[in-house]
Amino acid sequence: MSDEPAAGATTAGDDAPGSKTESTDDGLVDRLLAGDHRALARTISRIENRRQGYRELVSDLYDHTGTADVIGVTGSPGAGKSTLVDKLAETYRERGETVGVIAIDPSSPFTGGAVLGDRIRMASTVGDMDVFVRSMSARGTLGGLSTATTDAVTAMDAFGKDKVIIETVGAGQNEIDIVRTADTVAVLVPPGSGDAVQTLKAGILEIADVFVVNKADRDGADRTVQELMEMIELGEGPSFGASAGHHGPDASGHHGTDAGGHDVGDADGHNGAHDEPERQEPVDGDASDATRSWQPPIVETVATESRGIDELLDAFADHRTYLVDSGERETRSHRRHAEEIRTLLREDLHELLEGELDRHGGVDGLAEAVQRGETDPYTIADDVLDPVERCLSDLDASIE
Amino acid sequence: MSAEQAGRSIRCLVAKVGLDGHDRGAHVIARAFRDAGFEVIYSGLHNAPEEIVQAAVQEDVDVLGISILSGAHNTLVPKIMDGLEEYGAASDTLVLVGGVIPDEDRDGLEAEGVSAIFGPGTSIEETIEFVRENAPER
Repeated sequence: MSDEPAAGATTAGDDAPGSKTESTDDGLVDRLLAGDHRALARTISRIENRRQGYRELVSDLYDHTGTADVIGVTGSPGAGKSTLVDKLAETYRERGETVGVIAIDPSSPFTGGAVLGDRIRMASTVGDMDVFVRSMSARGTLGGLSTATTDAVTAMDAFGKDKVIIETVGAGQNEIDIVRTADTVAVLVPPGSGDAVQTLKAGILEIADVFVVNKADRDGADRTVQELMEMIELGEGPSFGASAGHHGPDASGHHGTDAGGHDVGDADGHNGAHDEPERQEPVDGDASDATRSWQPPIVETVATESRGIDELLDAFADHRTYLVDSGERETRSHRRHAEEIRTLLREDLHELLEGELDRHGGVDGLAEAVQRGETDPYTIADDVLDPVERCLSDLDASIE
Repeated sequence: MSAEQAGRSIRCLVAKVGLDGHDRGAHVIARAFRDAGFEVIYSGLHNAPEEIVQAAVQEDVDVLGISILSGAHNTLVPKIMDGLEEYGAASDTLVLVGGVIPDEDRDGLEAEGVSAIFGPGTSIEETIEFVRENAPER
């Protein structure tokens, strides 16, 4: 595992497993902090590859983070996420802010291969290195992707990006976990997805801080907006308040924001939507006032024509203000760190277990031993786990 | 393979540079690479050289496959190589060119830093094998 020294990005020591001095001594962190794009790219690769020493790398970067706003964009395939993200990036750039984009695509569970095609739609910012787009695929298991994504956000934040946008298909729990690491989550709902709204309910809708009805020029957009409004106001969809609960009931102010959001675009029928849900109001009336301080606005966009983008950015900004004012930002970052720690530990444990299994001759050998009646899975689990438990307590200490 | 062990995937950018509008070959390659377990970033038709450089640098790809049929390779490929150089990415990116390249142009492209040129009739397996064997270790 040697490298061309000319690249200057790696050192020989890096590759030696067990070597403790690697990875930070090649100046990668310094170069990243100095604004070297190649260094940022290489850092993210190391993070993705779980390369020896990547943790030291990320922890070195941690000191330099905390300034980026992290925005998650999710929705079903074909909802127009990439195009929207492209326009968001473009608009942020016009406002003088730098942008990092992490575009997540699924990978084949069979070959691990993936085609990451989101860049195709990132055409507005071509040649502008201050929009740094990085494609990632779900390589690992056990939360590996969300850890890698969080760490990549850390790298972009430390690099100095003002906005980091995570784009992912809202397909499964893994993706929901990822997008949940964002400060603000936008869920795209394509027009005419009436039934889809129902099916999505259990998943991505409940993590929305902002709803985006993209392709709002299409038939059915009004209806979709209406359905979303009903859902929001009936309170049967997103559990908005679930964690925001203990934080200030400044609901009325945010209802105003909400309405502002609704006025975007010029779809009619909003009033109708406003009226209808009344009947359900009493059911959770007081609960909702007390616990739901943020109601996700619905913003209509036509990303291909850059329509509604400013309004969407305003909604993001409103949400950010809300996060800060309500203290929810802190709550979320607390929750995020807790989750990070858990995920890391799970991952470590998994890795250690695989190592232990190998030391015991591999899982196949053990399975055969069980089959031959020489031992049983419980005994094996105890044997294998014993040293892992000890390792884990060491690891626990090193996390501090 | 060390790549798989470390959770590493070979990352490839498949790019169509310039004006030619024929990307069937690029699609076939992208798909074959995917099936080989690589991560493929396909950047679509009509990329400008700087666009390809930006993508290759940001995505930190191991392999850059440039597909070109238009005959403009002698102009466009050097621009890409210069761009990679500028970002310090030339030395550890395996650059491949696929498409219609006259024999007399091959040496020039290789001198620019192109590692291999795959003309019409090259088998997919051959290409994948070449990538597996030559993808830079980092």
